[in-house]
Amino acid sequence: MSDRAALKDRTAIVGIGQTEFGKNLEHTELQLACMAIRNALDDAGIDASDVDALGCFTQETTPEFEIARNLGFGELHFFSQVAHGGGAVCGAIGQVAMAIALGIAKVGVVWRSRKRGDPSKRQWAGVQPRIDDHWKWSRPHGLSRPVDEVAMLMRRYMHDHGATREQLAAVALTQRAYARRNPDALMRDREMGLEDYLEARMISDPLCLFDNCLESDGAIAIVLTATDRAADCRHRPALIHAFSQGMSREHQLMTDYHGADPFVSSSSATARNLWRHSDLAPPDIDVAQIYDAFSPLVLFSLENYGFCGRGEAAAMAGSGALGEGGQLPVNTSGGSLSEVYLHGANLVTEAVRQIRGTSPNQVSDARNCFISTCDSTPNGALILRRQ
Amino acid sequence: MIESIPLPIVDDPADRAFWQGCDEGRLLVQACKQCGHRQHPPRAMCPACRSMELGWQECAPTGRLWSYVVPHPPLLPAFAPLAPYVVGLIIPDGLPGIRMVGAIVASAEEGIGSVAPAEIAIGDRMRLTFVRLAEDVALPCWVPDAACAPSEREEKP
Ligand SMILES: [Zn+2]
Repeated sequence: MSDRAALKDRTAIVGIGQTEFGKNLEHTELQLACMAIRNALDDAGIDASDVDALGCFTQETTPEFEIARNLGFGELHFFSQVAHGGGAVCGAIGQVAMAIALGIAKVGVVWRSRKRGDPSKRQWAGVQPRIDDHWKWSRPHGLSRPVDEVAMLMRRYMHDHGATREQLAAVALTQRAYARRNPDALMRDREMGLEDYLEARMISDPLCLFDNCLESDGAIAIVLTATDRAADCRHRPALIHAFSQGMSREHQLMTDYHGADPFVSSSSATARNLWRHSDLAPPDIDVAQIYDAFSPLVLFSLENYGFCGRGEAAAMAGSGALGEGGQLPVNTSGGSLSEVYLHGANLVTEAVRQIRGTSPNQVSDARNCFISTCDSTPNGALILRRQ
Repeated sequence: MIESIPLPIVDDPADRAFWQGCDEGRLLVQACKQCGHRQHPPRAMCPACRSMELGWQECAPTGRLWSYVVPHPPLLPAFAPLAPYVVGLIIPDGLPGIRMVGAIVASAEEGIGSVAPAEIAIGDRMRLTFVRLAEDVALPCWVPDAACAPSEREEKP
């Protein structure tokens, strides 16, 4: 067995669960986490006492021991946390999958619970009067929020490649169209057209309101086990075919302007290793869930993961390639822009639905799905596929 | 939320000299004494040769605008009344691999928010200035160089 076969297709996502999504939900983050995990275990048909591995974000506020003692888990044998917020969910899943593939654990749960509808929960709003980390080089100048950090790159991208706001708008509009058919999406009842986009207020010019993810509350959980056990579960398993994390040389969190080429992000490091470990190449991918806290991240990711060439992603989006029936349907639940913002965990549940054939925007005969995390942080990616 | 502009801690051993330079009206980049590698922001170690003997080189007080953003609310209380304001990413002349975040201002006295976004374009020439934010913090900011004709703006690569 070569080292590249050690993980390939040996584990599967067998359960997905979520709470209602909303703003200012009544339940606490712990209650939401417990409900989402209970739903995911029911979906899998696995007893809580069988769970022996956990994976979560370092930013998760519900600790492993509270999760384990509330849900009645058995003895735990593996628990890990992954840093970098929006860059974390694929890493959390991949690390638990490795523990299962190596035989250290049998059943794993990964979760994200978050109440962010309250503006005071936004991380940038918690900045201290004196900054001791790398943000001291940007925040005193007024470059104070993640959206500002991404907007800096988007304006340069528009300058370099002649990309237009109309092309960028295609990301938000395409995802809104998907959300309108997703009964769980927060924006299911909100129609949006190009005029609405172009007239929306600016948040960090050139990015407007609709280039930003939703501020929302909710929880999502995912259950993994070994592929040979997955046959006993309730639904078609989504095999974890390939996984990698990535951090580019000299990465500096979201103000990653200091490398040789600011557009070669950590996604490029993830991509090179991910495709090396995969039997599939970018043209083989049937549907993709691409991290979208801000719409430019979808364009930058399409290029860094090799779904199109350098400078081509805006035109690709503008041509309708990401929409229903397009060359590469992207964020088919509505994503973080129009379904819910839970640090990308909803991109994973939608990928699993595509593999099962149960997405509200099902891509016909989807045999595989690509999932990425935040292009502008250290990150990770997964390829799921049918058995 | 804090009411004041967030300020850098200026006594970290890795970048104390940078802030001291700003206080004296000089913009410094870190330069490795062993191999000459230059870097910004400053670090504890030179990633090219692993030396911790890091010196400083003064930048020319001019540069070009690589990109910029114009933030609008919601913002920290100290920034909200200044919006829409311009923050740029500047390449100091003679240091092609170095990019620095800097507020774009009409003058040191007028500070953040004193330049109209419509007057700014990528490739514009910029002059260095320092905006005093606290007794121990002089922030390196940039003033559009009015002497530079639009035709001198950087061409698209
Ligand atoms: Zn050196």
